[in-house]
Amino acid sequence: MRAELNVYFSMFRIRFNHNLQYRAVVLGAVLKGFLWAMMEILGYLAIYRTGGDSLPMDFSSTVSYVWAHQSFIVLFSVVFADSEIYSSIRTGAVVYDLARPVGLYGRWFCQSASNRFSFSLVNCLPVLILGILMPAPFRLVLPASALQLLLFLVSTLLAFGVTVAIAMLMYVSLFYFISQRGIRIIVRITTSFFSGGVIPLLFFPGPVRRIAECLPFAAMQNMPLQIFCGTISGADAVKGIMFQLFWLCILILAGWAAMGQATRKVVAFGG
Amino acid sequence: MKLYWNYFIMELKSQMQYKASFLLTMIGQFLTAFTTFFGIQFLFDRIDGVDDFTYGQVLLCFSVIMMSFAIGEMIGGGLAVFPDLLREGSMDRILVRPRSILLQIIMPNMDFSRLGLLAQAAIVLGIAIPASSVVWTWQKVVVFILMILCGSVIFFCLFLLVASISFFTLQSLDFMDIFTYGMRDFGKYPFSVYGESILMFLTFVIPLALIQYYPLLYLLDRQNGILYILSPVLSLFFVIPSVLLYKIGLSNYKSSGS
Repeated sequence: MRAELNVYFSMFRIRFNHNLQYRAVVLGAVLKGFLWAMMEILGYLAIYRTGGDSLPMDFSSTVSYVWAHQSFIVLFSVVFADSEIYSSIRTGAVVYDLARPVGLYGRWFCQSASNRFSFSLVNCLPVLILGILMPAPFRLVLPASALQLLLFLVSTLLAFGVTVAIAMLMYVSLFYFISQRGIRIIVRITTSFFSGGVIPLLFFPGPVRRIAECLPFAAMQNMPLQIFCGTISGADAVKGIMFQLFWLCILILAGWAAMGQATRKVVAFGG
Repeated sequence: MKLYWNYFIMELKSQMQYKASFLLTMIGQFLTAFTTFFGIQFLFDRIDGVDDFTYGQVLLCFSVIMMSFAIGEMIGGGLAVFPDLLREGSMDRILVRPRSILLQIIMPNMDFSRLGLLAQAAIVLGIAIPASSVVWTWQKVVVFILMILCGSVIFFCLFLLVASISFFTLQSLDFMDIFTYGMRDFGKYPFSVYGESILMFLTFVIPLALIQYYPLLYLLDRQNGILYILSPVLSLFFVIPSVLLYKIGLSNYKSSGS
C-alpha cells in the first residue's frame, strides 16, 4: 500500500513540474479568466440594474460566485486536457497500462486529479486574488466566518473528488464508444450546466431546480461555490457535504466496477 | 478551384463515414447552444428585460451571434491547427505547393458538425422573431441577412487573427478565446449593456457591435440613420487588418520543425 502511494505521489510531482514550464501560457490563462469573469459580471450588473429585486441572490453574492467559478473552473471541469488517457484508449496503448503493477483506476484517478490540481494552482487561482483586489461593486467577498471558510474547503475537496470520479466513468465509456469528441462535448455541457456552470442552480425555476439539486452534478462545483458566496451556510452546508460524500462513494464504486468490467474484455486498436 | 472542391467533398465524405460519431458530435454542439439558451430562458423567467431590451430582442441578438459564429467557425475553426502545423513543420509542405495556402488549410479542416449549432440557432430564431415585436419590411430582412453574413465574416477573421498570432508565438494563446468563444457567449445581450467602454471597443477594434447592437436599433425602429443600416457592411473593414497580419506573419515565417 505504501509503495503504491509513493508511485501516485511521484506521478503528481512530475505533472506539477511539467505544468510550471510554460510561463506565457500561465499569463494567458490568468488574463483570460479575469476578462471572462469581468464580462460576465458586467452582464449580471445590467440584469440587476433592470430587475434585481426578483432574483434569488443579491448582486455581491453573484459577483463572488462568478469570481470563484472562474478561479476553480479547471479544478471542477469533468472534461479537461487529459491527453495521455484519451490517446492511450484511442491508440490501444492502454494494454501497456494494464500490464503495469499499479491499478488502472487508481492510476488514472491520480493522473486526472493532478492534471487539474496543478493546472489550477498556477493558471486559475491568481484570478481569485485579482478578484479580491477589484474595486467595490466588482469585488470578490471572502466567506464571512472561519467556519464557513472551513466548510468551503471541505466541500471543495469533495466536489473535486466527484468531478474526477465522473471523469473516470467517462473514460470507461470511451472503451465502448469510438467517438471521443462527441462524448466529450456532451459530457462537458451536461455536467457544466447541471452543476451551475452556466448560471447558478439557484436561478433555475423551482421544479427544474429541485430535480437538478438531487443529481450527482449538484455535488460538484455547485456546492462549494454556494458555500463560498454564502447562499448555503451552517447546518445546510453540513447537509450538503453529506450529500457530496454520498455521491462520491457511489461514483467511485460505480467507476471501479465499470472499469473492471471494461478491462476484462478490452479490445485494443493498433498494432 | 476544382481542387478545393475535391478537398471539400473528400472531407465531407470522410466525416460522414463515421455516422454515429458525426451524429454524437452534432448533438453535442446542439446541446451546447441549448444550455446558453436555457441560461437566458431561466433568467428571463424572473426578469422582464435587460436595460431597455425585452426577452425576444435578447433572443434575436443571441441567434444572430450564434448563427454568425456557427458559420464562421465551421469554415475558420480549422485554422486552430495552425500552431500544430507550425510546430511540426508540416507548414513547409503546404508552402511549396503552388496553390492558395489559406484554402489548403481551411478546406481539409472544415468541421461540419457545427451544423448542429446552426440548427439550434435557427430554432431560437423561430422563437425570437414573433417575440421581438419587430415590424418587418423588406429592407429590414436585407439588413438582418447582412448581420448574419457579415457576422460570419468577422468571426472567420477572428479565427484567422488568432491563427496568425501563432506565427509569432508558435503557441496558441488561451486568452484570445475570449474574442471567439467568449463573444459567442457574451453576444447574447446587446453589447451596449456591458457599458460604454466595451461598446466602443467592440465598435472600433473588434467590430462585433456593428453586426449586432447598431443594426438591432434599426430593426427596432429606434434609429433610422444610414450609418445604422450600413453598419454590418462597415464591419467588413475588419478584414483588412486580419488579412494584413496573416500576410506579415506568413512572410516572416521561419520553419521550426524538422
